[in-house]
Amino acid sequence: MMKILGIESAALVASVAIIDENVTIAEYTTNFKKTHSETLLPMLNEIVKMTGVDLKELSAIAISGGPGSFTGLRIGAASAKGLGLALDLPLIHVPTLDAMALNIYSSDALIVPIMDARRNQVYTGIYKNVGKLEVIRESMAISIDELLDILGEIDKEEKIIRTVFLGDGVPVFKEYIDGNFEIAHDFAPANLNRQRASNIAMLGMEMFKEGKTMVSDDMRPEYLRKSQAERERNVD
Amino acid sequence: MKKSNVKILAIESSCDETAAAVVEDGRKVLSNIISSQIDLHTIYGGVVPEIASRKHIENINFVIKDALKEANVTFDDIDAIAVTYGPGLVGALLVGVGEAKALAYGLNKPLIGVHHIKGHVLANLIEHEELEPPFVCLIVSGGHTEIAIVKDYNDFEIVATTRDDAAGEAFDKVARSVGLGYPGGPKIDKAAKLGNPHAIEFPKARVNDSKYDFSFSGVKSAVLNYQNKANMTGEKINVNDLVASFQRAVVEVLVEHTIEVAKDYNIKNVAMAGGVASNTALRSLMEEKCSEEGLKLHFPSPIYCTDNAAMIGVAAYFEYLNENFKDLALNAVPNLEL
Repeated sequence: MMKILGIESAALVASVAIIDENVTIAEYTTNFKKTHSETLLPMLNEIVKMTGVDLKELSAIAISGGPGSFTGLRIGAASAKGLGLALDLPLIHVPTLDAMALNIYSSDALIVPIMDARRNQVYTGIYKNVGKLEVIRESMAISIDELLDILGEIDKEEKIIRTVFLGDGVPVFKEYIDGNFEIAHDFAPANLNRQRASNIAMLGMEMFKEGKTMVSDDMRPEYLRKSQAERERNVD
Repeated sequence: MKKSNVKILAIESSCDETAAAVVEDGRKVLSNIISSQIDLHTIYGGVVPEIASRKHIENINFVIKDALKEANVTFDDIDAIAVTYGPGLVGALLVGVGEAKALAYGLNKPLIGVHHIKGHVLANLIEHEELEPPFVCLIVSGGHTEIAIVKDYNDFEIVATTRDDAAGEAFDKVARSVGLGYPGGPKIDKAAKLGNPHAIEFPKARVNDSKYDFSFSGVKSAVLNYQNKANMTGEKINVNDLVASFQRAVVEVLVEHTIEVAKDYNIKNVAMAGGVASNTALRSLMEEKCSEEGLKLHFPSPIYCTDNAAMIGVAAYFEYLNENFKDLALNAVPNLEL
């Protein structure tokens, strides 16, 4: 049966998972301040040893491709590229925010993952997941005000029933959202409010079936932002 | 564990070169691929860490594949994966470290972590079959100015370091100030050939409490002051003379201290390493003084002086012989000590 490895290191969460078409075989997720460089591969080694899965049985490696922490994305990308090269496996570049939206399922709510992007911005996207993930707005880096404006516009066109916010942007902007956003909304609970690698692997499997894979050589993260030096140079 | 025909795939990404190499038995370079980003950074007047890290992740698999292809080997022929894990730019190091760990894990091969400066020093072994420890090595680059005594392949003692700027850093700053641009080392080297090195007498800084340590901020400031003064009085500066005199002040100190160490420790072999070791004035003065003192001088070709992965493969071989392997928790260490 087809097996997919998922790797997630775009933010503070480090997570690895192996899934097949029916079930998550193993998942290891941590959310604390140890660098991904020290945790990610030891965690993978742990689930491989525990389950006896041979890495050679994998069909592909799905990697959380961004946006997120620049360094975090590169640690994940380097791990995925190295494994892809060593095992001669294709990679699947899964948008980080799309995968986060999978935390909410079979719901008529608008799903809005927000990642703290610093500089008063969030990385965000807008989704529905009634049975299959629907992307309403693709990944973007905008201010929380711009996000609430976009949600307001969507509401004018078609009444929003509820909105669910999740991600590490929530602790930063929860109070602001409560005070400035009049549409009914929830914040996802502790077990559903962060990234997880099984979501990356799940979305990766769907993309794999659609042929959306790449050679490991070509994989590079989607940062959504230029480096500070490039931004400042363009301003001058 | 076998001792010969050991082939190591080495990866280096500590600054702005993405590099991979295959090295056999610590001296035989089967391939040495370097993807330089210098053009990308030149417009910023120096290496931008975030841009360097982004380029590393884009280039790394291509560079590794090229290294295997040029060496005419496959992963099956490789005995270990080696990588620079410090010192250097942390974001840049993490790309090589992450890639190397994943390769070692996916291929089930031992992983070797290499100190970048150890690599630079042992690069001397590639082209000097006869060179064996003990030897004294002057390490000069954009980030380092050190004198090491190499007691054994795995046993280094640093006897001199810089108190402020690295020599290469001083070159870069002076080059920028006089309008020669980046990278400063090669540009000053070239301009100095057209100038008179005795035109201006700059101070040669000594550090009070240490016999061998360096300090280059004094001579750098003296150059900048000279420039400011000339600007104020409207006097026209001969840039070639200025940089030739600056270069002489730096090079003389580097050579004097290195020779002193060799004499004090009674070591007959002297080596040089790092990007600035390619500087022609440094090479010729070091050669002259070494021959006066009856010392034998070694230095690598320019290709092994810049950042490269072949030198990492050389250093890794001696870790391999000692079975000094790293596990999957290996992290990048930007200030790694020798």
